[in-house]
Amino acid sequence: MTTLMLTEDETMLRDAARGFLDENAPVKNLRDNRDSGRAFDPGLWREMAQMGWAGVLVAEDAGGSGMGHRAAGILAEEMGLTLAASPFISSAVIAATALRGAATNRLSGIADGSLLYALAVDEGSKHNPQGTALQAEKSGNGFRLTGTKTFVADGGSANRVLVLARTAGAPGEADGLTLFDIDATRAGLTRQGKATVDSRDHAQLDFANVEATGDDVVGEVDGGMAAVTAALNAGQAAVSAELTGLCAGAFAMTTGYLKERKQFDTIIGTFQSLQHRAAHMWSEIEVTASAIANAGRVLDETPAESELAVSIAKARATKTAKLVVSEGVQMHGGIGMTDEFDMGFFMKRARVGAEWLGDYGFHAARVARARGF
Amino acid sequence: MAAFSDKPEVFRTEISAFINTNCPAVLREMPADQREICWGGKRWTFTSDAQRDWLTACAAAGLTAPRWPEAYGGAALSREQEKVFREEMARAKAPSPLESFGLWMLGPALLAFGTEAQKTHFLPQITRGEIRWCQGYSEPGAGSDLAGVQTRAEDKGDHWLVNGSKIWTSYANHADWIFALVRTDREAPKHKGISFMLIDMESEGVSTKPIKLISGNSPFCETFFDNVKVPKSYGDDMSSIVGEQNRGWDVAKHLLTHERTMIGGGGSGAASGVLGGRSLGNFLSSLEDGVMADPVIRSDVMELEVDSLAMGMTLERYKDMAKTGGVGHASAMLKYYGTELNKRRYELLMSITGSEGVEWDGPHGTLAPEWLRTKANSIEGGTSEVMLDIISKRVLELPYK
Ligand SMILES: Cc1cc2nc3c(=O)[nH]c(=O)nc-3n(C[C@H](O)[C@H](O)[C@H](O)COP(=O)(O)OP(=O)(O)OC[C@H]3O[C@@H](n4cnc5c(N)ncnc54)[C@H](O)[C@@H]3O)c2cc1C
Repeated sequence: MTTLMLTEDETMLRDAARGFLDENAPVKNLRDNRDSGRAFDPGLWREMAQMGWAGVLVAEDAGGSGMGHRAAGILAEEMGLTLAASPFISSAVIAATALRGAATNRLSGIADGSLLYALAVDEGSKHNPQGTALQAEKSGNGFRLTGTKTFVADGGSANRVLVLARTAGAPGEADGLTLFDIDATRAGLTRQGKATVDSRDHAQLDFANVEATGDDVVGEVDGGMAAVTAALNAGQAAVSAELTGLCAGAFAMTTGYLKERKQFDTIIGTFQSLQHRAAHMWSEIEVTASAIANAGRVLDETPAESELAVSIAKARATKTAKLVVSEGVQMHGGIGMTDEFDMGFFMKRARVGAEWLGDYGFHAARVARARGF
Repeated sequence: MAAFSDKPEVFRTEISAFINTNCPAVLREMPADQREICWGGKRWTFTSDAQRDWLTACAAAGLTAPRWPEAYGGAALSREQEKVFREEMARAKAPSPLESFGLWMLGPALLAFGTEAQKTHFLPQITRGEIRWCQGYSEPGAGSDLAGVQTRAEDKGDHWLVNGSKIWTSYANHADWIFALVRTDREAPKHKGISFMLIDMESEGVSTKPIKLISGNSPFCETFFDNVKVPKSYGDDMSSIVGEQNRGWDVAKHLLTHERTMIGGGGSGAASGVLGGRSLGNFLSSLEDGVMADPVIRSDVMELEVDSLAMGMTLERYKDMAKTGGVGHASAMLKYYGTELNKRRYELLMSITGSEGVEWDGPHGTLAPEWLRTKANSIEGGTSEVMLDIISKRVLELPYK
């Protein structure tokens, strides 16, 4: 496997992304989004698409930049650093992976940033694809979808939805699921935005006899789990990368503060109790960073074996982010609790990222299964 | 000396053939928990002919120190080749031919600071397992504050006269030579008056006294220097001091980064001992039913497994970093994280094995002493607190004042 360090090209990509985001999407943008009630800045997304980010996983002959999963992780990480909000993970990572074998006009729409996708998979408060109950009843040549999807990231702004539905079997079974790719404005589909703590787009999608045809099916009927698995793995790796960037962002704020804040006529960063906690956090971040890089590499090089690598990454990223944002607030004292200060944004996004596509327990259990216990 | 191909696929075939031809079947078939580490040295008694033959074959091919230059007894493998070598060793279930403080610590320090003559003389003795080294750093009054060492070496013209005592010197009673930090300038500031000296343990006036550990074993000693005459030179261009006189602190620190990386390496999973290279999952499946049904144990094991696997990746990443530009103070992270992880692993193994685990000679063999031994991991080579200090001050650059 390629080294877990950044290659030269990757370093260039990271530096370019960092330069762009620092200038165009500092944390202040998230605050502006929140205050103006929008989930992300469409102009910013267009620029990201022009740089090839939206097509990071779309092959060049389909209009993408085809940079691969490790590159997608690097971009997600940089976005995490400044909390840049965009449909990147939903469209450019998850949908692009799910539709890899599909008609090229969809993929080129993803790559140019015009098609915004959302993945509608979960129905309860926890990630559980095989728990899917949403019914896709066969009717004539097609299907009618009825049921509810919750916590659909980018579900409010998407113009297309990938929805996992049950065509056979019972909730809890991995077999009998089918993945559909439908227009978000299709009759019978209503979307209800949820105000989540991270000020981003999350929606509940209600399906009432929404019609779908065989052409809307991604992969095989009753083989939806196979169709969605690669996309979920890719998405989980990207969320983990975003969380790792988020850790770096929050941690930099915290060490910056430790170097400037004075109490007892002393810079608080000289207090060993704080130094050691900072050093511990940094150690956790370093170990997590390796797991993120590894997940990207495995997805690029041996995708069939990616589940273990991805779950290690997601479990680690979730846990590390929780530590870093909690300590981030604590070490800032009162100011860390104020809305005016940015640390809270990191904390809120970390909590949402922890739940998105599987929490610590979900992924640790997957690691355990893969490791034989 | 075997020269291996530069072509990756050919290399893999060659190295795997080398292992299969030279590593005796008895060694490969031996259950991991019965394997004996080969430490080498003048006083070493091989546990079997097979152990000796395997060492001889590897040493001849430079494979006891695969990355070192061939002129110094290594095989000059690249980092990628070394990975392949390790993979093939694991696949063939071949034990490491030789472990020693010479390989882990002194060698890297000599490679960085030694003269050509020091390197050509001392390094091959290490790779062939002929000389066993021990580390004379700590003293009763100088532990975490290592630069406070008081053992002194007085300039007596053609030799140094060394007096003082070291403590916690691992395997000093089995070692042939010691690399020691001695004070050669008592007037200079404490970091500026230390030299890194190579001393023959057979010299008159050197003596050792074993100290018993809580694990019941006694792998370390007090080491006394009583008017020990250390020649200034062991031959042409071969001073008994490595690096510059009074600049031993630089050598000492460089060596510590290797030592710390090595100790931290235990963090991704125990290669030896009760786990014997098995994954935790594998070990657990060998235990009586029901243990893993305990939700607290199960959750702890899952968390440990996630962290261990991620730590394994981190060790690989850091080794690649070391190749391209160095890790420096960040090695403190590997030491800190790896050792704390290993302690967690053994606490967990103890709780998983319950009342069987606490037996000195129970069904889990050496688990109890191994568990006790891990407690030293976060002390030896610099304590966890000291590692956190290094990270916060050197890596994060948090202020001193
Ligand atoms: C099994 C084993 C093998 C060893 N092998 C060798 C060997 O081969 N050669 C050798 O030279 N040495 C060896 N050592 C010694 C080891 O390096 C020292 O024990 C270690 O550096 C700590 O020093 P100390 O024991 O004097 O503890 P101290 O330095 O007295 O520390 C006591 C406690 O105070 C804490 N502390 C100290 N300073 C600070 C600070 N600034 N901030 C916060 N906390 C602090 C420490 O972390 C520790 O918890 C070995 C030790 C062990 C346990």
